[in-house]
Amino acid sequence: MLSPQIIDLLIKGLLDTLQMVAVSGAIGTLIGLPIGVLLAVTGRGELLQNFAFNKAMGAVVNMTRSTPFIILVVAIIPFTRLIAGTSIGTNAAIVPLTVAAAPFIARVVENAVREVDRGLVEAAQAMGATPFQIIRKVLLPEALPGIVAGLTLSAVSLVGYSAMVGAVGGGGLGDLGIRYGYQRFLPEVMLAVVIVLIVLVQIVQSTGDLIARRVNKRNLKS
Amino acid sequence: MITLTNIRKTYAARGGGAPVHALADIDLSIGRGEVFGIIGRSGAGKSTLLRTVNLLESPTAGSVKVDGVEMTALSAAELRKARHSIGMIFQHFNLLSSRTVFDNVALPLELAGMARAEIGRTVEPLLDLVGLADKRDRYPAELSGGQKQRVGIARALASKPKVLLSDEATSALDPETTTQILHLLADINRRLGLTIVLITHEIAVIKEICHKVAVMENGRVIEQGPVFDIFAHPKHPTTRSFVDPVINRGIPDSLRDRLSHQPGPGSNPVLRITFTGAKATTPVISAISRRLDLDLNIWHGQIDEIQGAPFGTLVVEALGDQARVDAAIALVKENNLGVEVLGHALPANH
Repeated sequence: MLSPQIIDLLIKGLLDTLQMVAVSGAIGTLIGLPIGVLLAVTGRGELLQNFAFNKAMGAVVNMTRSTPFIILVVAIIPFTRLIAGTSIGTNAAIVPLTVAAAPFIARVVENAVREVDRGLVEAAQAMGATPFQIIRKVLLPEALPGIVAGLTLSAVSLVGYSAMVGAVGGGGLGDLGIRYGYQRFLPEVMLAVVIVLIVLVQIVQSTGDLIARRVNKRNLKS
Repeated sequence: MITLTNIRKTYAARGGGAPVHALADIDLSIGRGEVFGIIGRSGAGKSTLLRTVNLLESPTAGSVKVDGVEMTALSAAELRKARHSIGMIFQHFNLLSSRTVFDNVALPLELAGMARAEIGRTVEPLLDLVGLADKRDRYPAELSGGQKQRVGIARALASKPKVLLSDEATSALDPETTTQILHLLADINRRLGLTIVLITHEIAVIKEICHKVAVMENGRVIEQGPVFDIFAHPKHPTTRSFVDPVINRGIPDSLRDRLSHQPGPGSNPVLRITFTGAKATTPVISAISRRLDLDLNIWHGQIDEIQGAPFGTLVVEALGDQARVDAAIALVKENNLGVEVLGHALPANH
């Protein structure tokens, strides 16, 4: 069985992981959501078609997305120091997690917004809606089920990434698994970490699915 | 109310080919309170034409005047304001799935910045008008197609428009629901004096509620006028192909086989007499028989009603010599009825 100290470490690790995922997810959403909407509405034939902006923003998003996360973490260490004051620990880990999450969220939001029926935009235009009104009153509410599903996917990915930052001095469950499970040859700690992570991902996914179902009014029984 | 002058819409072709003319040389004038139908097959350009009225499609050239305002000259903000007085309904309803019936109808009012309490006072009577007061808190996914279109109509009427544009509004509905929706539109046209412009590929829709009609083909209006005239005297072959099935100007196949373009031995001329409007009740057949001693063998006849006016066609075989047939044709024309020689009937045993 696990010793009380190890259990304390597990709880501390879980809280750190939750903190990293929640903060980087929240800030990532604040940054990624508007970018995703802008990417969707500036595309070809869309509401605010703008090729230059769309291509430039798309390139920035792809750049971060195509960099392997572990390399991203190391590459932006100076930036992390600038923001967090240090490059080690839970707070420092939030910086690269946010940098990875924002473009990911931007793409899932973009996809969700693009899924909205073109006819709804046309109907709103015929009513004399401004582009901003169309985004706020039509695109975002109609894309909400897709956005919630996308954010759930992002949160699950963030749980995985947060374990990875453990390898480079971040806190959380990943750090615990590597330092105790791997480096100190405590396989039962490794197993406990994996089980906690699995349960965490299950909870995140189920909660996300539940919310997505709640906000989706498209398939109601009459 | 709506005047389209010299409308042209041209798309540059991809890869340097010839440009595509979606609309060419369109002139239409739609009067206040009129129900104006535009009919054409898919790809004829009717949807593009309808969208030039509220400038969802801006024409390459030409003038669009709605209620005296030149739409093509408006700034983006002015155009949005002008669109408040032009309602639009759609084939696939285009309702927001995330909003209840009430909130869907309220949307144009929210966009116009109306206060919540006033929105309520405006929306409730509209839900009564379209017969959906009991569905106010339902979502579109819980409604039938006909109910969805009623929500669409209520939403289009919310900003008290002067013009209603209907884009194939009944094409996704079953025949019975189509009739109900058309009656609702006709009722709204009468009660609110609303000008309605509708596009459709179904001639039955035109016949049911339109006062005037324009027939489109390949981006052009090939024929237009009062519905009654177009039905009674279609000139263009495309118009005829639309009109023939509903007013049954045709002749039964068994008789058609006996019909020849040239007179033959023992043949008799076959005439089609057209009765329109008030004259549809003239007893011309018995007059011909009595005054000219010419027997008429009735092949086929039909009385229909278009826009409340009777319209009849009668196909007869004239059993007599040419002089008496000519006299009969003259007599029919004297009575201001339409007549044409369809051909010559060869004897049945021929």
